[in-house]
Amino acid sequence: MIAQPEPKQGVLARRDAIVAGLRELVPGSGVIAEPLLLKPYETDGLAAYRQVPLAVVLPETTEQVAAVLALLHREGARVVPRGAGTSLSGGALPMVDAVVVGMMRMNRILEINYADRCARVQPGVTNIGITQAVADAGFFYAPDPSSQLACMIGGNVGMNSGGAHCLRYGVTANNLLGVKLVTIEGEVIELGGEHLDAAGYDWLGLITGSEGQLGIVTEVTVRILRGPEGARAMLAAFRANEVAGQCVDAIIGSGIIPVALEFMDRPAIHACEAFAHAGYPLDAEAMLIIEVEGSIAEQDFLLDRIKEICARFDPISLKVSRSAEESAAIWKGRKGAFGAVGRISPDYLCMDGTIPTSRLPEVLRRIGQMSDACGLQVANIFHAGDGNLHPLIMFDANDASSFARAEKFGADILRLCVEVGGCLTGEHGVGVEKRELMPAQFTATELEQQRRVKSAFDPDWLLNPNKVFPLSPPVAARPLAA
Amino acid sequence: MSGAVAPGDEAGLIAAVAEAFGSGTPLEVVGNGGKRGLLRPVQAARTLSTGRMSGISFYSPQELVLSARAGTPLSTIAATIAERGQQITSEPPDFSGLLGGEAPQTLGGVVGANLSGPRRVAWGATRDHVLGIRAVNGRGELLRSGGRVLKNVTGLDLCKLLTGSHGTLAVMSEITIKVLPAPERRGTLVLAALDPKAGVAALAAALGSPYAVSGAAYLPEQKSAYLRIEEFAGSVQYRCEKLARQFANTEILDTAASLALWRGIRDAAMLPRAEALWRVSVAPSAGPSILRAVASSGVSGYLDWGGGLVTCAGPATKNAHQAICDAARSTGGVWWLLRAPAPFRAAVDVLPPEAPALAAIRARVQHAFDPRGIFNPLKLRAA
Repeated sequence: MIAQPEPKQGVLARRDAIVAGLRELVPGSGVIAEPLLLKPYETDGLAAYRQVPLAVVLPETTEQVAAVLALLHREGARVVPRGAGTSLSGGALPMVDAVVVGMMRMNRILEINYADRCARVQPGVTNIGITQAVADAGFFYAPDPSSQLACMIGGNVGMNSGGAHCLRYGVTANNLLGVKLVTIEGEVIELGGEHLDAAGYDWLGLITGSEGQLGIVTEVTVRILRGPEGARAMLAAFRANEVAGQCVDAIIGSGIIPVALEFMDRPAIHACEAFAHAGYPLDAEAMLIIEVEGSIAEQDFLLDRIKEICARFDPISLKVSRSAEESAAIWKGRKGAFGAVGRISPDYLCMDGTIPTSRLPEVLRRIGQMSDACGLQVANIFHAGDGNLHPLIMFDANDASSFARAEKFGADILRLCVEVGGCLTGEHGVGVEKRELMPAQFTATELEQQRRVKSAFDPDWLLNPNKVFPLSPPVAARPLAA
Repeated sequence: MSGAVAPGDEAGLIAAVAEAFGSGTPLEVVGNGGKRGLLRPVQAARTLSTGRMSGISFYSPQELVLSARAGTPLSTIAATIAERGQQITSEPPDFSGLLGGEAPQTLGGVVGANLSGPRRVAWGATRDHVLGIRAVNGRGELLRSGGRVLKNVTGLDLCKLLTGSHGTLAVMSEITIKVLPAPERRGTLVLAALDPKAGVAALAAALGSPYAVSGAAYLPEQKSAYLRIEEFAGSVQYRCEKLARQFANTEILDTAASLALWRGIRDAAMLPRAEALWRVSVAPSAGPSILRAVASSGVSGYLDWGGGLVTCAGPATKNAHQAICDAARSTGGVWWLLRAPAPFRAAVDVLPPEAPALAAIRARVQHAFDPRGIFNPLKLRAA
């Protein structure tokens, strides 16, 4: 089990009083304290780690969130913000002495403004819910994490979520215009708005991806974009990872920025094909899914150029879709990748490092060696355009040794990502999963600087203190900003 | 140490800051000093320049990534990547014509001020393309944030915090940015005979079209709106023609005419000579109301970013300044006093005031980076 900060005995002792205080602020079913009803909140998308919280509160307004945080601040109680609970890094893992503040009841779309191309929504609106709300007008919200059917925009802001189309459209931070933030003291701060550039420090940029360390977001204004005339995918399969990597370089080097450029290695191709019957070439070592946008003629022009480039790399097969249906078929396997791996293995860990794309062949070779050495299979999915690598490590959670080996394998992969010039996490966040690896990427001074920034927002370290930063040194020894 | 220090490398920078930290000496932090005229004047015993820390340290065109020392002229970077058919995505303006100064603006200066040009409306700001920063905090400690990969959510994003902080939190020594392929062709659709409101409505219609408009400006003097397409040649023609069919009184400019037009829009070259210069960032549809509200105070300007960026010029008077502040505030937007005589910049707020809760956090964050307050004291705010 993952280590947790030392529980605050005073908070545990005052549990009944804290729950009663919360009930005064959030009436009805909005406060949960019964053990059985707390159970669903004990974990998130990283189900290997579990901890039932002290209580759960489900506020419905910004004012309630502010009052709840002010109360918890007075009590010195820790806080774990939660959206849909889809985090793959344990970002919503509770502590025994913490109150989970769940944002799922704040799920209204407040305003859609086509003239200014933005939407103001509450944090509990799902990612896909924003796109669905504007789709009739031909608009969409660009970041599209795989969990987009379930994950909530508040969590996307917390994790700076990405998706398959980041190369063209950016991640959450690049598509955010404003937030309403409640501080741990219960103050409500408005950051940004409907305008593009902020005056003064870039608080919005700092808040995005801060993993609930700085405050709780209760309102989000995002950019919405008009969709292209159309989009189409092609598939290219190669004899070696190196060759596919060189082909990616050649495409980008030619001046084309595809909206998606996805790479799958042999195990991933096989798992996805067995699951989705998408027609993937089983004799390939590596496969690319490449998507372009525009009118039919523009798509043809770009796909022809990409086809010519791919042809220079001795492909096993090249398949250019001729319709939206054929594109969907090409994507079907990739989009079902997690389910596909889940079908051939009882459990898997989805890792999330980023590497310089030029180092892909070497990284895959070394991951293969690690896989042989630890006796666990791995399938690699890679957002090739932006360097974000998702190794899916297959293991059996009922076998303690298997899980321990999987955790170590994952940590070794992430250290490798840092070693070749990349980073620990591209879009899933540090959470609890990677917090002890942070010294692999940052010096003690750099971590100390980040802790000081956290202290500026949250001097008592009540907000999500079991995430992002290594548990040592303990909170009591951490510096105040001022 | 003398009144001006210009270290040649990062180690020298660390030593210079550590010395200032030890002695509590305030530093005016600059690159080549061309942005001294922006925001509040800094009074400091010593100037610390990164202008001698120059040169591209890493460039991988196929990965769209470039690193350069903070003092590298932006023009050097633009020229180097142009050889590989690439460009600086956010199209930073060059205000040297407005602010004075002969030396070229540096990468550190542009990132420190988070300055972005017309392409901001489609491809994001300078802050959206900063991948990694090496910087020295006010204790003389080296900090790295981000890195050289396009996607990175490891830890707090100090790159975003430092970008646009005008040298008040840390001094950058090296910056890694994402670059993009330059388009094969550029075209501009001119929509003539429109008042500001109709002009911005046209810009909104175009930005809400599927044609990926990469520039959307309105010039009141010309009574014209301008839409830019940057794509492969066939797409430029196709998209300009598609857009032209939606509007009356249209004309299409070719690549050369487009380049000149958008450079002028980027650098605010068409503004009249005036004592004071402001930038206002608002919801795009509010742009025309800003122009209208400030006109009676002798302030005139033009619109970019679909109407959301108002750049305007006028007399350096409290009356004109207040008109800008009031107009921006009434639409929920923000403003910067870019240029004015130094006494005026010292006398008025150069940025909108902060809510008290945020001001307290900001003071703690500044202290977290620069506990003795040595970097560009009072550059952004009087207290």
